[in-house]
Amino acid sequence: MKTTMNRRGFLKASALATGGMMLEFSLPLSAIGEELGTLVGSGELNAYVKIASDGTITIYSANPEMGQGIKTALPMIIAEEMGARWEDVVVLQSPVDDSKYGRQGAGGSTTIPRSFDLMRQVGASAREMLIGAAAESMEVPRGELEAKDSKVTSTSGHSLTFGQLASLAVKQPIPDPDTLKFKDPEDYTIIGTSVSGVDNLVIATGMSRFGIDTSVPDMLYAVYHKCPAIGGKAVSFNEAEIKKLPGIVDAFIIDGNGDVNQLLSGVAIVGRDTWSVFAAKDALKVKWDESAASKDDWDEIVRTGERLQDKGGGNVIYRAGDVDLALRRHTDRTIEADYSYPFVAHLCMEPMNTTAHYKKGSASTGDEIEAWVPTQAAYRIPSVMNDVFGVSEKNVTIHQTRLGGGFGRRGSAEFVCEAVAISKRAGKPVKLTWTRPDDMQHDFYRVAGFQHVKGSLDKQGRLVAWDQHFIGMTRNGEGPSGSRFSPSEFPLLNLPNTRGTMSTFDIGTPCGPWRAPGSNTHAFVVQSFIHELATLAGRDHLEFLLEIMGERRWLEPGNIRALNTGRAIDVIKLVAEKAGWGRDMPEGSGLGLAFHFSHAAHVAEVAEVSVDTQKRLRVHKLWAVADVGPIINLSGATSQVQGSIIDGLSTMAGQKITMSGGRIEQHNLDDYNVMRIAQAPDVEVHFIQSDNRPTGIGEPGLPPLAPAVGNAIFAATGVRVRTMPLTDLGYRLV
Amino acid sequence: MANYTIKVNGADHAVDADPAMPLLWVLRDRLGLVGTKYGCGIAQCGACTVHVNGHAVRSCVLPISGVSGEVTTIEGLAPGNQLHPLQQAWIDEDVPQCGYCQSGQIMSAAALLAATREPSDADIDSAMAGNFCRCGTYIRIRAAIKRAARSRDVSGLVESSGEEQA
Ligand code: FES
Ligand code: FES
Repeated sequence: MKTTMNRRGFLKASALATGGMMLEFSLPLSAIGEELGTLVGSGELNAYVKIASDGTITIYSANPEMGQGIKTALPMIIAEEMGARWEDVVVLQSPVDDSKYGRQGAGGSTTIPRSFDLMRQVGASAREMLIGAAAESMEVPRGELEAKDSKVTSTSGHSLTFGQLASLAVKQPIPDPDTLKFKDPEDYTIIGTSVSGVDNLVIATGMSRFGIDTSVPDMLYAVYHKCPAIGGKAVSFNEAEIKKLPGIVDAFIIDGNGDVNQLLSGVAIVGRDTWSVFAAKDALKVKWDESAASKDDWDEIVRTGERLQDKGGGNVIYRAGDVDLALRRHTDRTIEADYSYPFVAHLCMEPMNTTAHYKKGSASTGDEIEAWVPTQAAYRIPSVMNDVFGVSEKNVTIHQTRLGGGFGRRGSAEFVCEAVAISKRAGKPVKLTWTRPDDMQHDFYRVAGFQHVKGSLDKQGRLVAWDQHFIGMTRNGEGPSGSRFSPSEFPLLNLPNTRGTMSTFDIGTPCGPWRAPGSNTHAFVVQSFIHELATLAGRDHLEFLLEIMGERRWLEPGNIRALNTGRAIDVIKLVAEKAGWGRDMPEGSGLGLAFHFSHAAHVAEVAEVSVDTQKRLRVHKLWAVADVGPIINLSGATSQVQGSIIDGLSTMAGQKITMSGGRIEQHNLDDYNVMRIAQAPDVEVHFIQSDNRPTGIGEPGLPPLAPAVGNAIFAATGVRVRTMPLTDLGYRLV
Repeated sequence: MANYTIKVNGADHAVDADPAMPLLWVLRDRLGLVGTKYGCGIAQCGACTVHVNGHAVRSCVLPISGVSGEVTTIEGLAPGNQLHPLQQAWIDEDVPQCGYCQSGQIMSAAALLAATREPSDADIDSAMAGNFCRCGTYIRIRAAIKRAARSRDVSGLVESSGEEQA
């Protein structure tokens, strides 16, 4: 087999010939239209397109790449509208510059919906400038010209390449965004195809650079040791001993400001290589003041959660009809159940890290901070630097690197603050690397939770009452995104008598967004309990679920964040068809179905499992059907759903973070369970490419997984799964 | 501290290091070969996998004093502008998500293919068991290993035609 290295991977911006075209777009988000504006809030995004005279088209991607595929998908949209050939495109990560690119973040599966129209505008604008250049140089009216295959061709068949047109195109007026026409989706040649990720060559050859790979001249290496009881303060440590260790340059206490999102107290060790500081960290003996530290105890949290489950009540967040009356009227056909789920860690493959250089400035210029950060939210960092270090935001330069996983973890800036504080004291650039135990023990965890649900059936076996008590947690009175219960959560709006109530209690462990926050646990409860009710009714789960959806309708027409029952019905029916729902299953095997709506995406999944007498659980196959509107990169989107399913299963099967005396009890991969290749199921993914606005698929594939597997376990064994992880119930994933 | 000479990707390097310093950190911090990654430090994730004399080892637990033989890292898996069939298969199957684990995955897979021309699913399961992928790319890793096993030529390398190199 003969093949070549794809040149896209090796071309550099510096290779661009002079005289090329460089388009700079400064299109405010408000220009995209009101619907999108209200969806994502205010913000601004820009992009660059450069065309060199040799025909190379450089497209800058502004958002962080953490494995969600945005660095491939967004440029595909631009290239499509331009009429470029994908083979001619080189994608580069743009610098962080909010004056040019607006908010450069990633999270909440929002990048695609926020950017789709803007990227189309960027591409269409470039196309019109190229056509303008061709019209001028060929002396033909614009109407007779078409941009396609990286060329502009006239109706008479004469054509000029984008490379030939580049220098003239750059002189064309930038078109008014309102006049731009977008391509008919029927004519797409790039959007909707399967494209291999733009960085795959550099990844496969070990040449990609993550934050942890940063190296700057004169750099020292550092670790930062925080109190294992989260929030404790370092009082003293065996300083003399540590400083004598090989490769160690300095060691000191940083007091911090007590804010877990910024700079907690700890001991910094600075040295000549990562290993020296890691080894010295193991030799640390620190005296901590734990008076303000977390006192959390997992067993106590469980007791509190269970007490609230029994007690009931809570604040009513939604009510329809008369639940109490309906429950009373159907007492013989009413069931109730307790569900729960644990804290889990993000466990990004690349541990948290930052390379920072704190530079002392003169009185007139002020101090400066330069940092290389694997971050989901570079735009948030300058203001944090100002808060913590008093450095003017304009003196803060952030370089956004590739991220070795995000999953919601890398929106915070505490690891940046730590690196900057260490560099400030060391007087040199410093690379701070968290050890894996640091990463596992100082996370912003997926919050645990408890729920109590009740439901009643009428004589015909129809679900007529739904009462759901959600018990979440707060820290200093504030709940993380995983501890919210939305009044529009399915099926509150779909049934005649429903009530949603919520209770919370305060904990000391920091929690934060974790892939599909809230949804990833909520779907487990709702979709499992619906199956319990279908079983009580003696009815087929598929038919029962479709009946709850009711008429095809959009619960809030025009709001893509509102459930559309028609789309739900379509994905549920298709997944059932693909999985062969209703077929006879051998003894010990079963199929389980679940649906969830989140992140503007309708997703249904079916799991096929078998369970043996030793409770060895094999998940053979998953079928997933998603409606996320038109797909940009079919390969990337499929990969996201496959990954979400494996992530969901790995988490459901064995992951649980516990704490005792405020200390996280898990440290590393030897005491925290993750799925390996042998356990990974086959996954079949289908997309219904509706006229829904395109939305992100990095998260919504995950929530239906747990209930689909739990329901399949019930189908196989007759035993209900009401808690996670499955290892707590004696199952072992094989 | 002691002096060591290690052969990495065909070249000798003199390294002055603590005898306990794992090969991983010698590669990353001393030799600048950062394609080999740190993930756990306790031989549980496989991100640091390299070859020593062709065998896959976890470089995070191999002290420099214990390195005997030639070390190959992801950067040296294929010489020059050539790609190992696995690297090509990784691109063709669009395997990587975040990409952080993939050097280690490819190095483990390369050791497997060197020993087993046509690995079965069970061979893949056992050879790749020590490589964790947080992004869950396992399905494509399996497909890529099978693709590479089908595609490779006798030398085990995919030849570059040299036409399109920049
Ligand atoms: S870093 Fe060596 S196995 Fe994880
Ligand atoms: S691709 Fe992200 S950890 Fe494997």
